[in-house]
Amino acid sequence: MSAVETLEEPVAESGKGYWSGVGARLMRDPLTLLCMSVILLLILSAVFAPWLGLADPYKGSMIARLKPIGTPGHILGTDEQGRDMLARLIYGGRLTLFIGLTPVVLAFFIGGTLGIVAGYAGGWVNTLIMRTVDVFFAFPSVLLAIAISGALGAGIVNSLVSLTIVFIPPLTRVAEAVTSGVRALDYIDAARASGANALTVIRVHVIGNVLSPIFVYATSLTSVCMILAAGLSFLGIGVRPPEPEWGLMLNTLRSAIYVNPWLSALPGLMIFITSLCLNLLSDGVRSAMNVRD
Amino acid sequence: MFSYFLRRVILMLPVAFGVSVICFMLVQIAPGDPLTAIMPVDATADEQAAMRAVYGLDKPLPVQYAIWIGNLAQGDMGRSIASGRPVAGEVFGAVNNSLLLAFSAAVIAFPIGIFLGFLAGYFRDSWIDRVVTAISIAGVSVPNYWLGIVLVIIFSVNLGWLPSMGAGPGGSQDWSWDWLHMRHLVLPAVTLAVVPIGIVARTVRALAGDLLTQDFVQALYAKGMSRGDVLRHVARNAAATALSVMGLQLGYLLGGSILIETVFNWPGSGFLLSNAIFQRDLPLLQGTILVLALFFVGMNLIVDVAQAAIDPRIKRS
Repeated sequence: MSAVETLEEPVAESGKGYWSGVGARLMRDPLTLLCMSVILLLILSAVFAPWLGLADPYKGSMIARLKPIGTPGHILGTDEQGRDMLARLIYGGRLTLFIGLTPVVLAFFIGGTLGIVAGYAGGWVNTLIMRTVDVFFAFPSVLLAIAISGALGAGIVNSLVSLTIVFIPPLTRVAEAVTSGVRALDYIDAARASGANALTVIRVHVIGNVLSPIFVYATSLTSVCMILAAGLSFLGIGVRPPEPEWGLMLNTLRSAIYVNPWLSALPGLMIFITSLCLNLLSDGVRSAMNVRD
Repeated sequence: MFSYFLRRVILMLPVAFGVSVICFMLVQIAPGDPLTAIMPVDATADEQAAMRAVYGLDKPLPVQYAIWIGNLAQGDMGRSIASGRPVAGEVFGAVNNSLLLAFSAAVIAFPIGIFLGFLAGYFRDSWIDRVVTAISIAGVSVPNYWLGIVLVIIFSVNLGWLPSMGAGPGGSQDWSWDWLHMRHLVLPAVTLAVVPIGIVARTVRALAGDLLTQDFVQALYAKGMSRGDVLRHVARNAAATALSVMGLQLGYLLGGSILIETVFNWPGSGFLLSNAIFQRDLPLLQGTILVLALFFVGMNLIVDVAQAAIDPRIKRS
């Protein structure tokens, strides 16, 4: 260990970097911080749900069905099978957030790569990739998600696949646009003239300049993805019962809107809060990172 | 103008071809045999093979595609596996109802969106701006299928003012513009309008805000033009972009109505689509998606051409 330490190179004192500036701007934005905390709280409570001392989200009771909000022992009431709503809403965050956020992450990597390759390579590679993307743009996102999920059938993996396919085209298009912008700059030509191959140029000179606009755009898609993912389950082509998931819960509780209306709206409220926070968070990150539309 | 139109149509053809390929592939990616739904469990291998030949499923994929597209050109979209009726008839009836819903939502959403967006852009950074921005963020964030349920709870369950489902007496066939039918349209149309209100308001706000700070606006004021006339100039400059956003939104409304139609049991394409999914009626699923997607492609074409007609700068670029 000490042998390694002696080899440490002296580091030049650097000024305040880009990221500390972004961090400082975020810290001065209370709304964004609030949204960040809400999202973090939702994620943490979903992850640590089994250790929160909640009721069993799968265990129903024939005699305790559709208890109203505020029932002792069931703070948020019970659903149509007598299962504790609070537990199901918190456990429901696991699948909802997972299926709602993973496709954007996957599409960020896949679409980002495709777009950078298309933008950097140009020529027929660009034409091939971008014309294919154009075809997917001919479908409204909801329609495409429902079409693919509907054909593949219900299931968590199928939902992830269809939503990832939905979000690859927009990310490819944005990545291609910013990359071809950077590609036209002189320093890229200079790097190529100095003998760097395409991979090196992309890794060293392109990625750093295109990543943040692509990233910011990806964050703006998370809220739509959440709504779509829960929407698929709401339609019955996403998560299968009896798993707790907000969209699916909203669907099964529809039969109860005449018995216990506000209880049946709770899962949707969770979707709304999450997607609102994701949208505001994305706006905050965008302005903190100073990326224009 | 006509040559521009022609150029857009030619550019659209490969996209339409791609759309048809994707719709064709939808049936191919579906797990299992498309015939399992209608095939008796005890069908012999020979009977299965005969059935496959009847549906043309024994031929290679490109041939199947060619046959499919050939039939399509003659208006034949195959037969629904569940009902046995021609897909084309079912889809067009349903798309009609969806269009009714989507246009009603657009009629509600676009004037409100433009008005709010313009107010916010004109009074930038005032409290009006902040209220409108909050409305538009809430509008684009709300899962509209949930909003539909909330509106049903308020206006149907609690107040009993409006019906919660269906398209009125006579069901899907017998629509007329009287209150008996239109009251069924109110809740789904309002629900569907919320997202485009947010998006249109946001776009118009940005457009108006940018245009109002440009030099030509100052110049118009400086030469003594009245406020109303200046705003007319601003509106003309914003029209092309605003129009393209609204055109796309109309297409999205048709797609987005799928979830809303399920909430309100509205007998449109979304309703048809979810039935097709649950009965694993793949020809019907394929036909519905194809018609909706081609409608969206056509909508984009109209928007492009209309945009160029309004703003000659677009045609030149």
